[in-house]
Amino acid sequence: MRSEAIVGVLEKQYVTKLLEKGKRSDGRNLLDCRPIQIIPNVIKKAEGSAMVKWGDTVILAGVKAQLGTPFPDTPNDGVITVNAEISPISSPTNESGPPGPRAVELARVVDRGIRESKIIPMKDPKLCVIPGKKVWILFIDVYILDDGGNLFDAAALGAMAALANTRLKRVVIDEDLEEVTLLDEKEPLPRKGSVASLTFAKIKDTIVYDPNLLEDRGKDARFSLAITDKGIVCSMQKGESGVFTEEEFVTLLDQSSSLVTPLLEKIEESSQFPEMNEMYHFDF
Amino acid sequence: MTQDKISLLLDDGRRLDGRELHEIRPITMKSSVLDRADGSCYLTWGNNKIICAVYGPRELHPKHLAKPDRAIVRVEYRLATFSVNERKSPAPRRREYELSKLIKESLDSVLFLEKFPNGTIDVYITVLDADGGTRCAALTAASIALADAGIPMKGFITGCAVGKVADKMVVDLSDVEDKDGQGDMPVAMNYNTGEITLLQCDGEFTTDEVKEGLSLAIRAIGEVYKMQKEAVLAKYTQIEESIDDLGEEEE
Repeated sequence: MRSEAIVGVLEKQYVTKLLEKGKRSDGRNLLDCRPIQIIPNVIKKAEGSAMVKWGDTVILAGVKAQLGTPFPDTPNDGVITVNAEISPISSPTNESGPPGPRAVELARVVDRGIRESKIIPMKDPKLCVIPGKKVWILFIDVYILDDGGNLFDAAALGAMAALANTRLKRVVIDEDLEEVTLLDEKEPLPRKGSVASLTFAKIKDTIVYDPNLLEDRGKDARFSLAITDKGIVCSMQKGESGVFTEEEFVTLLDQSSSLVTPLLEKIEESSQFPEMNEMYHFDF
Repeated sequence: MTQDKISLLLDDGRRLDGRELHEIRPITMKSSVLDRADGSCYLTWGNNKIICAVYGPRELHPKHLAKPDRAIVRVEYRLATFSVNERKSPAPRRREYELSKLIKESLDSVLFLEKFPNGTIDVYITVLDADGGTRCAALTAASIALADAGIPMKGFITGCAVGKVADKMVVDLSDVEDKDGQGDMPVAMNYNTGEITLLQCDGEFTTDEVKEGLSLAIRAIGEVYKMQKEAVLAKYTQIEESIDDLGEEEE
């Protein structure tokens, strides 16, 4: 057996034994969240961006916008797409190369949370510039810089915070609805509310919220759900080979509303547009 | 071209961002910024923002790449999709492959690779916000991250680009000067030994201008090198101070 694999087994034993006594490796209670910091507007070249420090996890999300053709089946909708890069920068075990299944699942779960919450009104004339012809295409790219566990919630928060400070160039349309001109002037991306993700890890018989790195590596099963500021559940994803019971899901759903409130508050705080001299700056 | 020449320099002879011809942009460097990496550096150079992580020396997979007499260095230089004006596809382009190769070859010269046979040293660089001169900034950051990882080195590689704007040789081109100017000439070297490890140019220069550019670049690299040394030492100064504080508390 390779040495990393042995360390993995030992780590899991350690985390499991602690949890049997109701304790976590970082001293938190089972439903405690680690400290979270959102730093909005960090990338000058992006239309919107945010850095999220979630415990030891660090991610950077950026939004780029370009005018393009809508999909044939949704001619009156703007387009939104989420991509996640689990960069080899973020951990010794990540390899370089195109996104693997893990990065694709992460991107798709974050994507569904935002898409299904309908907080970005895709049919708004600001996004659907000329119906059937020209719409804004929003690319949300999430870079994982330091993997300290719970990438799902950190990536979702980063993507949401980046959207909350996204500003698009104003568009002028000619009378024939054919040509568009982009102005330098920018206006905020239309948004109705916000959404946040909650992730739980099940290790043997114990469920914890916001798994740290040890818990994330040792988990048997994962459950993530996205909830809007209206309390609507708009996406869920059960992951890994372990299983949950109906009672467990019911309990987690009951606990979700109190856990999501602080995250939604953080998003609103970070969406206030900062002073010009505080823009495009972040530190570790 | 004539219009470009005029528009890139202001009437008082300064550059569009207010800099003198030979002035470098503000630079910040911080080592040990990442938890998981063996060594890391976050560097800002004007509006450039660069993160670099180093792993190793470590076991190399796949094994057939291993060299029995030394370690290999693998460098991955990437632009974040949102770091440039038009969103870049996440898949690396030819430019990124070429720069990764040049950065690797530059770093090779300052590492004691023979000390780690069969191993690898992996250097991952991502440009998070780009504004001209990223390869020189990336090399500068990579040296700090390598030192931060505790990897034995003969010296640092330090980079700075020079170029030609409005018929004048200028130091540290911004994105606009690079794209609209007459030429760009990135240089990187081991400042202590005078060994130049990277030299490229595109544009039009006379041989005298190339000579002037080299001498300007070396002078600028000297300034950046000083900051690099301070950034690496800063971590140890902090550790020293916290040990001193502990000592005082015990007394």
